[in-house]
Amino acid sequence: MGTYLIKRLFAIVPIILFAIFLMFVLVRLSPVDPAEAYLTASHIHPTEELLAEKRQEFGLDRPLIVQYVQTVADIVRFDFGNSYVTNTPVWQEITTRLPATLQLALSSILVAIVVSVPLGFLSAVYKNSWLDHFSRLLSYLGASIPQFWLGYVLIFFFAVKLDLFPVEGRGTWQHFVLPSITLSLALIAIYTRLLRASVLEELEEAYILYGRTRGLKEKAIMGKHVLRISISPMLTGLGMNLGKLLTGTIIVEQVFSWPGFGRFFIEAIFNRDIPVIQSYVVLAACLFIVCNLIVDIIQLYLDPRISWKGRAQY
Amino acid sequence: MISRIRYTLKGKWAFAICSLILVVFFLVSILVPWIAPNDPIQVNLALKLMPPSLEYPLGTDQLGRCNLSRLLYGARVSLGFATLIFVASLGIGLVVGTLAGFRGGWIDTLLMRFCDGIMAFPNLVLVLGIVGLLGPGLWQVVVALMMVQWVYYARMIRGMVVSMKEQNFIAAARISGSSNWKIIRRHLVPNVLPPIMVMGTLEMGWAIMDISALSFLGLGIQPPTPEWGAMIHEGTSFMRSNPELMLYPGLMILFVVISFNIIGESLSEQFGVKRRY
Repeated sequence: MGTYLIKRLFAIVPIILFAIFLMFVLVRLSPVDPAEAYLTASHIHPTEELLAEKRQEFGLDRPLIVQYVQTVADIVRFDFGNSYVTNTPVWQEITTRLPATLQLALSSILVAIVVSVPLGFLSAVYKNSWLDHFSRLLSYLGASIPQFWLGYVLIFFFAVKLDLFPVEGRGTWQHFVLPSITLSLALIAIYTRLLRASVLEELEEAYILYGRTRGLKEKAIMGKHVLRISISPMLTGLGMNLGKLLTGTIIVEQVFSWPGFGRFFIEAIFNRDIPVIQSYVVLAACLFIVCNLIVDIIQLYLDPRISWKGRAQY
Repeated sequence: MISRIRYTLKGKWAFAICSLILVVFFLVSILVPWIAPNDPIQVNLALKLMPPSLEYPLGTDQLGRCNLSRLLYGARVSLGFATLIFVASLGIGLVVGTLAGFRGGWIDTLLMRFCDGIMAFPNLVLVLGIVGLLGPGLWQVVVALMMVQWVYYARMIRGMVVSMKEQNFIAAARISGSSNWKIIRRHLVPNVLPPIMVMGTLEMGWAIMDISALSFLGLGIQPPTPEWGAMIHEGTSFMRSNPELMLYPGLMILFVVISFNIIGESLSEQFGVKRRY
């Protein structure tokens, strides 16, 4: 297991370096001059002298390769530069806003799991029943409803018409309900289908037949064997859909005025706050990669048929 | 031919309905100048937020513009740009994927590592990053979505080319003296395209959603161009008095995207194409 982990961890390094490289290239290709963007964002009238001074401060006059190495070195030390708008370190801005986003993300994962595990499992066991058709419809809807629209539709019905939940903001548990539902529908759509497919596949396996001939109770077969193994592809789905969750938080935070990281990112785009944009994208990529690794490791625990040794050869 | 179509459609009423919806939307987006009752960007403040009437079948918005015309023109914007993104990323993906798969060696490694790198980003985050750095605007959004989507086509095409390259019909073509270029043009590309088109149907749905999401955030298509996502954004300010302003465009997106998804999914079952989640 140790070697496998170390190998996987080392495999992450080039991907992260590439991610930083891509952002670096994009910033240089962009028609926006960082020095000018900085001065505009701080409401300073840009003069030639000031621009030159700032360019030197940002190291824009140095060779590109030096700039890139500098960027990598900074990021490794969690130094993402200062936001052009607030003039505080980006890392500090991130750490103050990240908890709100994480809460939102976790609560929607929770909602998604609570809904889709029973739904997906039952729609496989009772294949072609009304429940199966319902879950199929739900997953098509979940994959096709624009999230921002769903958010407003929920606000319209449950906050404006019925006045059950607050329209926006963060604080009590009621504030969580609508954003979490909005965010989780897309996840429910995917997880339900994934679980249904893998349960159906598992039911065809020989050990199920063996269990039945041994006279095991249907409940024991389903609960102990089928469900446990079938959860595994769902975990892969969780890792792969983390990206969807991240972009989902950006949109949902915008709709519900949730004071999180995603909203900050959108503000940064409008303000041309290059350090913030750059670090958001790089961090999102890192988060995505690391979570996929974690998911892989959990999967190895759940499904003993995937051996550590076999995996370690990759 | 007709009997074959009938056979394929047997018991697939959802597929048939969705195809019909898409055909209607595509026809609308082509014929919209002739069928829209009014000019979609004609502002008339005297007629703002009117209820439905004969002249304005779905009423007017906060600037007195005809809602129905705006919705119809929105179909042209969404489908038009989604198609453009599809064609462009398919084109890039086809060139890169065939090159990598056919040539192999270091070119293959280099190109595929590059694709891996792009895929390491959550999709829309990278799109937003690119738009953020290039500045908001329609063409920036189109370029950003293209830059992200071609990778998936390239990966898939490369995989198919690699497995096809070893097959007998390619060897036969080579023995009979076909050049590389001819093999690619006559044998590889025509075989690669059908499954790719299936994947494309699913990607079209994504593209429409992404364009509308970006326009909703104010980063994509700018007013007064009638675009569904931007219309929802404008409509939310009048949610209490005129909820239909934000409800209708959302339904449009939902209909189009769900049709693309259902068609794409049933086609990919038939072609055995794996869906990307």
